[in-house]
Amino acid sequence: MIPPAFEYARPASVDEAVRALADAGEEAKVLAGGQSLLPLLRLRLAFPELVVDVGRIPELRGVREDGEALAIGALTTHHDVIHDPLVRRYAGLLAGATATVADPAVRHRGTLGGSLAHADPAGDLPAVALALDAELVAVGPAGRRTIPAREFFLDYLQSALSPDELLVEVRIPKTEGWGFHYEKFQRVAQAWAIVGVAALVRRADGHIAEARIGLTNMGSTPVRATAAERALAGADGPEAVARAAEAAAEGTRPSQDLSASPEYREHLARVLTRRAVLTAGGMG
Amino acid sequence: MTHIKVNVDGTPYEDEVEPRLLLAHYLRDRLGLTGTPIGCDTSNCGACTVELDGTTVKSCSVLAVQADGSTVTTVQGLAKDGEWTALQHAFHERHGLQCGYCTPGMIMAARDLLRENPHPTSDEVREALEGNLCRCTGYQNIVRAVLAAAGQQDGPGRQDASGRQVGEEVTA
Ligand SMILES: Cc1cc2nc3c(=O)[nH]c(=O)nc-3n(C[C@H](O)[C@H](O)[C@H](O)COP(=O)(O)OP(=O)(O)OC[C@H]3O[C@@H](n4cnc5c(N)ncnc54)[C@H](O)[C@@H]3O)c2cc1C
Ligand code: FES
Ligand code: FES
Repeated sequence: MIPPAFEYARPASVDEAVRALADAGEEAKVLAGGQSLLPLLRLRLAFPELVVDVGRIPELRGVREDGEALAIGALTTHHDVIHDPLVRRYAGLLAGATATVADPAVRHRGTLGGSLAHADPAGDLPAVALALDAELVAVGPAGRRTIPAREFFLDYLQSALSPDELLVEVRIPKTEGWGFHYEKFQRVAQAWAIVGVAALVRRADGHIAEARIGLTNMGSTPVRATAAERALAGADGPEAVARAAEAAAEGTRPSQDLSASPEYREHLARVLTRRAVLTAGGMG
Repeated sequence: MTHIKVNVDGTPYEDEVEPRLLLAHYLRDRLGLTGTPIGCDTSNCGACTVELDGTTVKSCSVLAVQADGSTVTTVQGLAKDGEWTALQHAFHERHGLQCGYCTPGMIMAARDLLRENPHPTSDEVREALEGNLCRCTGYQNIVRAVLAAAGQQDGPGRQDASGRQVGEEVTA
């Protein structure tokens, strides 16, 4: 279908973009890779008066090291994230999970910032950002602020960004030396996750010293499986991991849709958490 | 209206377009380049795949204004002086199409794969084509065509005792 009519602006800098957004108020939409927004426009599920295309702002692209963190520009494409040597070295979980997103053509356009700002609980990268304890840097008319991933995802398709704020950077604490794995359960290739589990595991003396688990599609936002994380501390083998993974769905409120019932999603969360942790911990 | 300049298949164009015009519609309806078909409304089928500045995109999921200043290659721009590329020949020879609706997208996606990975395995070919749906062929001959264009054979274990080609699912 043909999208509804809108005005179009292509600012050359972050300042210009923020001004355009502030002038337009609630009626403007940021366009990054467009791989979520354009399908929505085509299906006439969104009616912005102004589309602000931030795709040509060079400072928003690329990955750099910043002390104990990686700073990834919000407009860095999925393709570039997957192939970036710094991301592969210091945030392997993000590189691995991004490779499961959509298909090559979508990954050439879609961006890390767009995936997070879109705040779709079925998206793979919100749960990954949560497990990585990422921080999201936004710029608005009042200046710059940093939002922890735990406070960023408010509800289904709703992030902590206000309409005149631009997500500019994603900061990820380095997890070199941690084991990691993203376990995605999908109906067919290129499909969205029915449930996904992002696992990070730090081992010491043959047991799990610390585990972090992010869950995809287990509620209206991505969530951390905190009960399972606690239970995993000290786990020293596959049986202990399996017992701890039984707690993976605690406190979640998964939805019902054509692919799965809430009970089935809870079952998947437990099974996939066990698999993800065993792989991440090199115990599988 | 927004003014755009795009180079498509080697020809420069300048146009006034509505911002909401999709690149796929610009190519088909404005430039008459109907070799790039539209198969879905959900960015899923990949039939509309073209190259934008050298990498594949789904042209139904890009605005024409986003292509301003860029170079676009469609399936119609591949043959040089009427001479098909190796991939086009391979799709023809290996029977990699039936109705042909998915073929432009398949060929563009396969080109992208062979640029990054000139000698893929059949699993890698399947993964690279995950964003391209075919309703007719069952994919076997498409994978064979891509492997043939890459100069690979179909790989071990895909022939029966008499040397006849059989599908992977049959042997597995
Ligand atoms: C066929 C298909 C399959 C897909 N499969 C998956 C999948 O399996 N897993 C998955 O995780 N995703 C999947 N996606 C979504 C894909 O990852 C998108 O690229 C991503 O969700 C959005 O990124 P984008 O850059 O394209 O954002 P856009 O579509 O441009 O924007 C999305 C939303 O975020 C806002 N936004 C974008 N950037 C910013 C910013 N910097 N600041 C403020 N707001 C911003 C926009 O206003 C819009 O509301 C799929 C998409 C398609 C088309
Ligand atoms: S028409 Fe573009 S993906 Fe289907
Ligand atoms: S040949 Fe008909 S859709 Fe692929």
